[in-house]
Amino acid sequence: MIDVQNLTKRYGRTTAVNGVSFRVEKGEILGFLGPNGAGKTTTMRILTGYLPATEGTATVAGFDVFKQPIEVKKRVGYTPETPPLYPDMQVGEFLEFCARIKGVPKDRRAARVEEAAEKCRVADVRKKMIGRLSKGYRQRVGLAQAILNNPEVLILDEPTAGLDPKQIIETRELIKGLGGDHTVVLSTHILPEVAVTCGRVVIINQGRVVAEDTPDNLTRRLRGSAALQVDVRGDARMAEEALRAVTGVAQIAPHAAEADACAFEVTPEPGRDVRAEIARALVERGLGLLGLRQVGMSLEEIFLRLTTADAAAGESAPPPPPDAPPEAEVTA
Amino acid sequence: MTALRNVWALVRKEWHHYFASPIAYVLLVAWSVLGGIFFSAYFWAYLERSRATAAQSEFGMKMSLNEMLFAPVFNNMAVVALFMTPMLTMRLFAEEKRQGTIELLATAPLTDLQIVLGKFLAAVGFYAGMVVICFANLLVVWAYADTPPEWRPVLTGLLAVLLLGSALIALGLFVSTLTRNQIIAAVMAFSLSLVMLVLGWFDNPMAGPFMKFVTYFGLTNHLEDLLKGVIDLKDVVFYLSVITFGLVLAHQSVESQRWRA
Repeated sequence: MIDVQNLTKRYGRTTAVNGVSFRVEKGEILGFLGPNGAGKTTTMRILTGYLPATEGTATVAGFDVFKQPIEVKKRVGYTPETPPLYPDMQVGEFLEFCARIKGVPKDRRAARVEEAAEKCRVADVRKKMIGRLSKGYRQRVGLAQAILNNPEVLILDEPTAGLDPKQIIETRELIKGLGGDHTVVLSTHILPEVAVTCGRVVIINQGRVVAEDTPDNLTRRLRGSAALQVDVRGDARMAEEALRAVTGVAQIAPHAAEADACAFEVTPEPGRDVRAEIARALVERGLGLLGLRQVGMSLEEIFLRLTTADAAAGESAPPPPPDAPPEAEVTA
Repeated sequence: MTALRNVWALVRKEWHHYFASPIAYVLLVAWSVLGGIFFSAYFWAYLERSRATAAQSEFGMKMSLNEMLFAPVFNNMAVVALFMTPMLTMRLFAEEKRQGTIELLATAPLTDLQIVLGKFLAAVGFYAGMVVICFANLLVVWAYADTPPEWRPVLTGLLAVLLLGSALIALGLFVSTLTRNQIIAAVMAFSLSLVMLVLGWFDNPMAGPFMKFVTYFGLTNHLEDLLKGVIDLKDVVFYLSVITFGLVLAHQSVESQRWRA
């Protein structure tokens, strides 16, 4: 549905987007993740035909963004970070106007406006002046505007920015509901958001794609295989010995030990689940198993690691290999 | 068809903005009051003069209502238009840029040309309404004059005021694309129009070819013949050229700002 190849955008000497490539399949929800100023907004603006790219190509719904911008614009619904609204219009009037310029036929206009307003929960403020709406309502009017003509592709730039927690959850649900029928690209710098809503994540930093995968895979791949946190009561040396005896354990890193308890981070060999074996081994030696849990790296950690590694390695560094062994690190 | 529908949608939107703010009402009131003042001033002057000539001789020249009333009123309204059109054009692009709503228009399936034309026609349409209201004042003359004024110069006079205003609007529209501040847009539009008005003041029969060239750009110099009822193609072409020039510049400016943005 969306195919971006080697997209580059330079403003004078600064390069905002640098050779970005990615694909989005029909019905997918893609999260576009990156720190502020990473080039998310620029990329989205190029996809919507608002900005021309310096280099590269972008195809949306089968049309080239640069050669057939009008065809692309007909098929894309877009909300910028601050929703573009006319404060001197009523919500209903505004949506009506948007339906007009998006070419919704006259006989379906009222129905489409109604439907979009219902979906985005702004139907109750249709007679209100946009200038008097709260931030949350504005954000949702912006979203209603984007889905008015039932576009194949939705591009949402930070759709939950400035909302309260309840509204954030509602908006996420709404976006999730839009996936399937629509292909959605949403940008955010809030990590839990992608974990909750997106099927796939593209992480972008300093204008480059540094990682691209499902949120789960990203966590797993970056971690090697999921590490285990093992808390044991009893002698640390004995416990370590017991753990070493378990087949399938690749690595053991002891953690801050307390008086009569100790903790280890155990990395199993890729693809093996050794939890049951560990539990048995420890109990058989008379040690107390206090806790055994998987420590996936949170998206926050991945994000930080990817974006800071890239910054440290400088401009020409390739993205870190996804299956790089994790450094010994304390997560307790 | 789609193009027309898009332009019409934009025209209606701009009218909405005019009437949702005090601008429309302030302009309409100021324009009507000024039109009324000029009308009554020239009307009284006309009465005085005709009384004076009637007293002097029985064969006193019949004084033309067209020349002594309508032409000067139109001429003055043309100058008033110079002050008022910047208020119509200042918000057209500047406000869209400030509010970020230009992004809404630019990502909708509209061409830049449709956006420029929609905004231009909205302002011209509103201005045409103002001209018609001013004309309503003058209708009174037909009700009371024993020899009614000629229609032709009145119609060409209205056309003149309309053409001049449209030219001013086209220039103001272009200027509005250059800034995100309405006040700056208004001041620049006003200054530009004023400069073009002043250029015409250098017109004199002794002028050399260079000064002739300069005065050609005098905005109000091309009104004279039209106010007399003569449609001279070169005057009409002058205003249409200024309009086209302004619109082309506006279009280029909107387009190029995307490349630079």
